[in-house]
Amino acid sequence: MTKRKIVKAILYVLLILLAIISFIPFYMMIVNATRSNAEILQNGFTLFPSAALMENYEVLISYMNVWKGFSNSLLVAVCVTLLSSYFSALTAYGFAVYQFKGRNVLFVSVLVLMMVPGQLGLIGFYDLIKSMGFLDTYIPLILPSIAAPFIVFFLRQFIVSTLHSSLIEAARIDGAGELRIFHRIAFPIMMPAIATMGIFTFIGSWNNYILPLVVLFSPEKYTLPVMMGALRGSQVAQNLGAMYLGIAISVVPIMIAFLFLSKYIISSISAGAVKE
Amino acid sequence: MMKKMDYYGYAFILPFFLVFVTFSIYPIVLTFYYSFTDYSGMGSPEFIGLANYTRLFTDTYFLQAFFNTWYIWGINFFFQIVIALLLAILFSDIRLKMKGLGFFRAVFYLPNLITIASVALLFGILLGWHHGTINHLLLDLGIISEPVNWLNSPTTARWSVALIGAWMWFGHTFIILMAGISGISRDYYESALIDGANRLQTFTKITIPLLKPILLYVLITSLIGGLQIFDLPMLITDGLGSPQGSLNTMVLYLYNQAFRFNNYGYAAAVAYGLFLITVFFSFLTFKAMYRKSAN
Repeated sequence: MTKRKIVKAILYVLLILLAIISFIPFYMMIVNATRSNAEILQNGFTLFPSAALMENYEVLISYMNVWKGFSNSLLVAVCVTLLSSYFSALTAYGFAVYQFKGRNVLFVSVLVLMMVPGQLGLIGFYDLIKSMGFLDTYIPLILPSIAAPFIVFFLRQFIVSTLHSSLIEAARIDGAGELRIFHRIAFPIMMPAIATMGIFTFIGSWNNYILPLVVLFSPEKYTLPVMMGALRGSQVAQNLGAMYLGIAISVVPIMIAFLFLSKYIISSISAGAVKE
Repeated sequence: MMKKMDYYGYAFILPFFLVFVTFSIYPIVLTFYYSFTDYSGMGSPEFIGLANYTRLFTDTYFLQAFFNTWYIWGINFFFQIVIALLLAILFSDIRLKMKGLGFFRAVFYLPNLITIASVALLFGILLGWHHGTINHLLLDLGIISEPVNWLNSPTTARWSVALIGAWMWFGHTFIILMAGISGISRDYYESALIDGANRLQTFTKITIPLLKPILLYVLITSLIGGLQIFDLPMLITDGLGSPQGSLNTMVLYLYNQAFRFNNYGYAAAVAYGLFLITVFFSFLTFKAMYRKSAN
């Protein structure tokens, strides 16, 4: 009995160690964001914050408006989430509820292209956007989210298993139009599945780096990850405290959001994996 | 005979397919065409047949990128899956009854949520030579006697990127494995316990075989994602794969060929090379896993 207790104690120590490893880089980031460049260079490692936060903030903000990057990222991520949610629901409903010629072929083509990695068409995409005159705008980041194959697939499975055709029939008898049935009946029923996908779409857009890097040129239009990349080669990189603060501003809001949403996010990952 | 109502089906899926064809399929086809041309982004592409593809297989930089990508993914996946499996075994052990699953799961998952660009930048300075926090800490602890320039030698740079990847992904993999294990009936474990099976036997005879579909899912998604690795090697050093090309991955090479050196035609061939490699190895993994389970 005592032997098992000792084993368990050792295991908990190891788990806590692993938890520290998971978190300490972020903790060091926060501590270093409050230390001046000189303190970081001369005093080395410490777990205690210092008092240079405002000083670092002034240095950072004089070179780069991180809050602008923040609001740009937010704008893009919100638009992407809304568009992909609505149009994926619409498409999934179309596939699940109606019988039409070519339905299976079209659905299978969606499934096949779901597997194709995004970088495959990158060169052609850039060229297309260039000839459309949409370079350095948010259109190439937002508009393509109308076609999100994985979400369509996920929502179609959800409709097939939860939405009864009798419900739709009843609404038709009552004289409701097809689009109205979708908006008033199907959409609310699909809401839990839409929310699950919405969280991941939002995070995916927020973290996306290569696409905005390729299509955006003006610094004032940069999303946060592109701004982080630009920070690396800028003069801010000379001041480590300001550099840490810039990174912290991009990271801390996500951490706070995770604090509230962690249960929901984790159960979504589990659900997504087991369903496949 | 189609009912009139069923034409609504087309209307519902129309916006999706308009956008899908324009922004997904057309660019993929266009990229395919460019892969047979010499195209600098200016003027019109010049058809050169298979020249880009023959160049691809003799291009030492691409072959190096191929090697680097696998090297980094291999180390990353090894640590990621070993840690995740150990954690999953630990938390599903009916004799130990470990507590705090919810807390640990959330903390382990946290690094996965953070923008990779920020993670790359953060580790780029944490791993700094004379002023990096990691060297300061290791010096204070007496583990090293002088600062190591982690991101300046190929081996330490590749290992750094691979371990950062493992650090970012083990929590995610752990959650997926736990979801798989919780789907296995407790009866199996209880009867194994009664039959006097030890932990190793329970693990190899019950957990692993029943977890096979989930392990396959983890392996294939990690492989596909790992072959696309870009943000981390791009931003942790100079964006060209330094030191000595050791962080030059396939997508980084694609990006640089296209958007730094304006070789769009050749970059398109790199994209298709990468795609074929991904399909080939996913297929191989799939076959290998299923042949084993058939025996």
